[in-house]
Amino acid sequence: MKKNAANYFKLFKSTFLLSAFTFGGGFVIISLMKKKFVDTLGWLTEEEMLDIAAIAQSTPGAIAVNASILLGWRLMGPVGALVSILGTIIPPLVLLSLISLVYEAFRDNVVVSAVLKGMMAGVCAVIFDVVITMGSKIIKNKKILPIIIMVGAFAAYFILKVNIGYIILFCATLGALTSVYDKKTGKEHI
Amino acid sequence: MLYLQLFWSFFQIGLLGFGGGLAVMPLIQYQVVDKHGWLSLQQFTDLITISEMTPGPIAINSATFVGTQIGGLGGALVATLGCILPSCVIVLTLAWLYGKYSDMAVIKGVLGGLRPTVVALILSAGLSILILSLFGHEGFSWNFASVDLLAAAVFVTGLVILRKYRTSPILVMLGSGVIGGAGYLLLERV
Repeated sequence: MKKNAANYFKLFKSTFLLSAFTFGGGFVIISLMKKKFVDTLGWLTEEEMLDIAAIAQSTPGAIAVNASILLGWRLMGPVGALVSILGTIIPPLVLLSLISLVYEAFRDNVVVSAVLKGMMAGVCAVIFDVVITMGSKIIKNKKILPIIIMVGAFAAYFILKVNIGYIILFCATLGALTSVYDKKTGKEHI
Repeated sequence: MLYLQLFWSFFQIGLLGFGGGLAVMPLIQYQVVDKHGWLSLQQFTDLITISEMTPGPIAINSATFVGTQIGGLGGALVATLGCILPSCVIVLTLAWLYGKYSDMAVIKGVLGGLRPTVVALILSAGLSILILSLFGHEGFSWNFASVDLLAAAVFVTGLVILRKYRTSPILVMLGSGVIGGAGYLLLERV
């Protein structure tokens, strides 16, 4: 990949447009990235894109940002990574700054607050839908440990108010240790 | 000092936010509502609502929104930078390791431990928003006469539609905004 201004601009434009018009979170943006960079531009192989998706999903942080860092770096090194990060974060940065500015003025409007109140119930429905989908997948897997982790983490956070960072670190460590033990004994607890 | 706090809070959100999408919501709630009180639970819920309606990752949207609300444009930039910095370091380190050792059993274990945790945390955050939606600022009580019936109806209908017809969340939220908004305006008139 030639590191010239035209290619940097193309990388910026592609990530910017993907970020500006993708609703629906990380998994959607990954499939659109594949379409753009593998099928349309031919800059990456399908294999490379799969690796990028795997790493982006298994690291902390927004999936779209993670994927764009990897993609930019793979194509055009550190500057490429910087360019694609900028392309990815500028659209939400601009949009949300504008919304944040008008939010103060509009929040007290009777109509706006009624609509937001209605939407609050709607967003609860969206959240519970996600929880049901993810939770039933874990229960259907019929492994005991993940179910215990799920119930335990809920009790620890919602009822006992344990610090959220400790819960995440504890469960990550538990998963890592179990996988090491599983590998030695040939079992599948996690 | 404020900038430093913003940076550090969103750095932790970026560092611990595994899983993409709504998974980061409870972390944001912890830092922004519970710990620092930068937003009320009501404002936070508005932010999640807005984030679901606009493109861009929730973490970046929140960083910009909270940053702008409490520290202007500088605040937005500092918070966003904090949020993506852990991603940059971790993603690139992991990509390097991935190239060296393609067997990632431990990473799979970590994710196996985190997936059920994330479900539990999303459920907790969802419950706190649902309680706000149904009971208002007084919080949960066994006195079910104080339940906001309109919100309950919108929530249940939205959830049924999402489960049954796999409708886009954006449509459900628009619908609940229109129906709920009209309902609240009418109720106030009566």
